[in-house]
Amino acid sequence: MRHVFSVKIGPVGFRVGSDWRAPVAQLADLYAHYPQPDDGVPDFTVRLFAARPWRRFVRPAVMIGGDFVLPEAAPLPLAQGLLAAEMGMNLQMALGQRRYLLLHASAVERDGRALLMTGVSGAGKSTLAALLSLRGWRLMGDEFALLDPATGLIHAFPRLVSLKNAAIGVVERAAPERRFGPLLAGTPKGDIRHLVPDAAAVAAMHVPAQPALILFPSFGFEPAQREISHSEAFVRLTQASTNYVSLGERGFTALTGLVKSTPALAIDYPDTDSAIAQVEAAWEALGQDS
Amino acid sequence: MSDGWLLARALRLPGQTLALDAAGWTDLLAIARAEQMIGTLAHRLNGLKLPGAVQRILEDARASADQGRTVALWEAEVARRVLTPIGVPVVLLKGTAFVAAGLKAGQGRSIGDLDILVPRDDIDRVEAALLANGWEWVKPDPYDDAYYRRWMHELPPLIHRDRDRMIDVHHTILPLTARITPDAAGLLADSVEIAPGLLTLSPNDMLVHAAAHLFADGELAGGMRNLWDVHCLVEDNGTDGLAGRAAHHGLVKETARALRLAAALYGEVAKIGLADRFYLRRITARDGWGWPTRPFTRQAFYIRSHWLRMPPAMLVRHLWTKWRNGGAGPSAG
Repeated sequence: MRHVFSVKIGPVGFRVGSDWRAPVAQLADLYAHYPQPDDGVPDFTVRLFAARPWRRFVRPAVMIGGDFVLPEAAPLPLAQGLLAAEMGMNLQMALGQRRYLLLHASAVERDGRALLMTGVSGAGKSTLAALLSLRGWRLMGDEFALLDPATGLIHAFPRLVSLKNAAIGVVERAAPERRFGPLLAGTPKGDIRHLVPDAAAVAAMHVPAQPALILFPSFGFEPAQREISHSEAFVRLTQASTNYVSLGERGFTALTGLVKSTPALAIDYPDTDSAIAQVEAAWEALGQDS
Repeated sequence: MSDGWLLARALRLPGQTLALDAAGWTDLLAIARAEQMIGTLAHRLNGLKLPGAVQRILEDARASADQGRTVALWEAEVARRVLTPIGVPVVLLKGTAFVAAGLKAGQGRSIGDLDILVPRDDIDRVEAALLANGWEWVKPDPYDDAYYRRWMHELPPLIHRDRDRMIDVHHTILPLTARITPDAAGLLADSVEIAPGLLTLSPNDMLVHAAAHLFADGELAGGMRNLWDVHCLVEDNGTDGLAGRAAHHGLVKETARALRLAAALYGEVAKIGLADRFYLRRITARDGWGWPTRPFTRQAFYIRSHWLRMPPAMLVRHLWTKWRNGGAGPSAG
């Protein structure tokens, strides 16, 4: 391909090929402090390409391809090429990852122990992870937490934090401008702006953590909290995993192990300040119990 | 510039991969994935001292293929439980047959649908039994449905509503519109029981079926994997009596070509002609990004596949209908 970018995020190497320079240049800029894939061999390939040769120039539209593809994915305008690349990398993980059980969750770490936050789109996973990472937590990832069936540990996948719509302003007020990518307005998911994980998160991304708490946050409710049973956490997490079925027995063993050993809470919150206070209180309570 | 030959060489002589650099490995893995042969490659290279990143990727591919094998065998077992009570034996075809029979072709092989062969007279009862046990239609389009029932060698594909797995129920191995008519009753009569209630084709019929699928039907998509199957089937069972069996089914030319091309790609160098070279050019048309290349060659084989599948007037009618319904082409079928 004309333009190529390679990166290692957490334990996973990617190569992104593109018919256009711009998306690759943006990736190279935003992932500047990330390492290269181990041994120079990426786990996954992503291709950003024009559906027809002339569509490279005339109303350029970015098709997303790679080792694993969705048959009917719609193209994105070139101005959203960065989003296309991120979607392409996520897609490889969602469809192709077989080493780790993939949990659609954000994760932060403190004292070697991981806090997982999972929920439907809009629940605040990315926002809370970004804000906690600005308060001394290590960001492990805002999209996927990788559960290693062999050890029960969570591995980090700290790709660019994808902030959407109202969350953009919330995090812009808390983090310096230089840590943000360009504003991608009017994407299929609304406005998107990426936050670059801090250097410490990238430097420690090869260090796994013991899962300590699973949270199911819900935005837009009065503050409330309830315990989640093992069985409910199990079912919710099977729904939050893209590769639970394809891992077979390994996935089942890993997930039952996780929910039995890790307390789980549902947290309702009206605003992010309240959410941060609730999350940190739950974490403190955890320390006192054990 | 890499193409499918990179994968063919790695499968033929695994030790040669030790000379690959990072870019070579990257190309090889992308091509193997695109050809759905990463599990096969992973088995073939097992035990070699490979770069760490490659080792990890291939370990994952082996685990994934093992899981695929478990799921495929379970799917065969479920079909057996549904069809045995109505007195229909389950003759497994393709990938599921290879893993169920413990054949070399099954090692690491990716398996998509469950393909089975049943007597044509039983097809209505089989369909009813499957529908009564959780399978549902996939094709919503009435033209496609009618087309399958009237002209194809299989029922329209069915998918199981809980397990999300497809079953292709064949009653012969080539479309009814093709000029060649293999002896379907003979395939069933010679089938071999490998476990109670589960059968496969005889070794020679497996080879004839692979050849028929490649050269008398398809547009050569998946050709690298199909020829690897042929190569392994020959290694496992040899070719005694194959020529006679191929003649019986009217597939002499196709079977001979399959043997030549499999040998050219994966075995001892075979004597191949100009036409064979053109086939290989199509079969290896893949770049180091796993992307299809050589569009004109591909298009030629796409047109040829339809030409073989149906008489000219019918072909025109079919392509016209497909085009009006939203485009036909090498990817649209």
